[in-house]
Amino acid sequence: MPSVSMTVNGKQVSGEVEGRTLLVQFLREHLGLTGTHVGCDTSQCGACTVHVDGRAMKSCSLLALHLEGADILSIEGLADGDTLHPMQEAFREHHALQCGFCTPGMVMSAIGIVNDHPDLDEKTIRHQLEGNICRCTGYHNIVEAIGAAAEDMKG
Amino acid sequence: MYDFNYQRASSVDDAASKHAAADDARYLAGGMTMVPVLKQRLDQPSDVVDLGGLGDLTGISETGGAIVIGAMTTHHDVNTSDLVKSKIPALADLAGTIGDPMVRNRGTIGGSLANNDPAASYPAAVLGLGATIQTNKRSIEADDFFTGMFDTALEEGELITAVSFPVPEQAGYRHFPNPASRFPIVGAFVAQTGGGVRVGITGAAPCAYRQTSFEDALAGGLDPESLKGIEVSSDGMNSDIHASAEYRAHLVNVMARRAIGG
Repeated sequence: MPSVSMTVNGKQVSGEVEGRTLLVQFLREHLGLTGTHVGCDTSQCGACTVHVDGRAMKSCSLLALHLEGADILSIEGLADGDTLHPMQEAFREHHALQCGFCTPGMVMSAIGIVNDHPDLDEKTIRHQLEGNICRCTGYHNIVEAIGAAAEDMKG
Repeated sequence: MYDFNYQRASSVDDAASKHAAADDARYLAGGMTMVPVLKQRLDQPSDVVDLGGLGDLTGISETGGAIVIGAMTTHHDVNTSDLVKSKIPALADLAGTIGDPMVRNRGTIGGSLANNDPAASYPAAVLGLGATIQTNKRSIEADDFFTGMFDTALEEGELITAVSFPVPEQAGYRHFPNPASRFPIVGAFVAQTGGGVRVGITGAAPCAYRQTSFEDALAGGLDPESLKGIEVSSDGMNSDIHASAEYRAHLVNVMARRAIGG
């Protein structure tokens, strides 16, 4: 079987995978990083969002071998010890989740949105979240949290 | 997903030779359509030749009055390129309507054009601007490139390397998005080019096409009033749960007018 090496949350990792192994399978099944979720498995829901070389992408639509040498950031890599990332803290503060299944992808996408848009307004947040689906229909507090985190991340 | 033999190309020539040597190979660009297709077992290639390492297929430059976009350039990079925004803002805007942010961060213009989904956005711009598709073998004019549903003039193993968009005098793009997928139900790209007015339509029919009746009507200038009352036949148009053929035919006119400020 071919092998692949990449950096995940700052650590160098490698493993033997099949050609068809997806990044999300590599993260969850090979590395045990189960914070990245598989929601729809059809590239629509965004629960599997991670950052690849600094850009938000859907890990259920990427082949692990495609990412040889890439720098991956998943939800597990955000917090600094017991200190949550400002986006995680804002989600907690604003109760931006109900069941929580979509939350890892929401948080990873949200950080990408803030990084790409220095001056965020509510309309932009809602539009840019179109690749993430929350079936608890909890979008209101998610949007609130992202707006608040955007201010915190500026500082 | 069925398994396949994964191969990473080190150059365009290497990609072509790996493709030729395999039983039934596919090129992999961003994979935003191809990986979901493989996951649904709609395709079963023997080999996948990954173009991800071909950095020389990425980038945007201006050459002789045209904007040249490397085939592996992402939708995000086209959307945010200062060069594209200043020379062909309608093209930058179009790239920003594709998929969602995560798809735009990975999906590529070359992959989109080679796939030629009937509802893909880029074909409207390629036709509307009279772009040229450069491959590892030749140059193909926009009017010759899109040959049918998911079908193009590309030969087996032929690889898009870049797309050259002549800078228009004026251009606009509007689409009516599917409320769920955001794919265009109908999209219209209208441009005043050095070669006259061109109107590229996507989403309406099995394959993107030029609405020549609109081009004739706009020959005197891009005035949306000139399109009022011009009926578009629904014969052969797509019809599905999202929109009937008649509705799509109606939208062709509405989107073309909106593309030029109507």
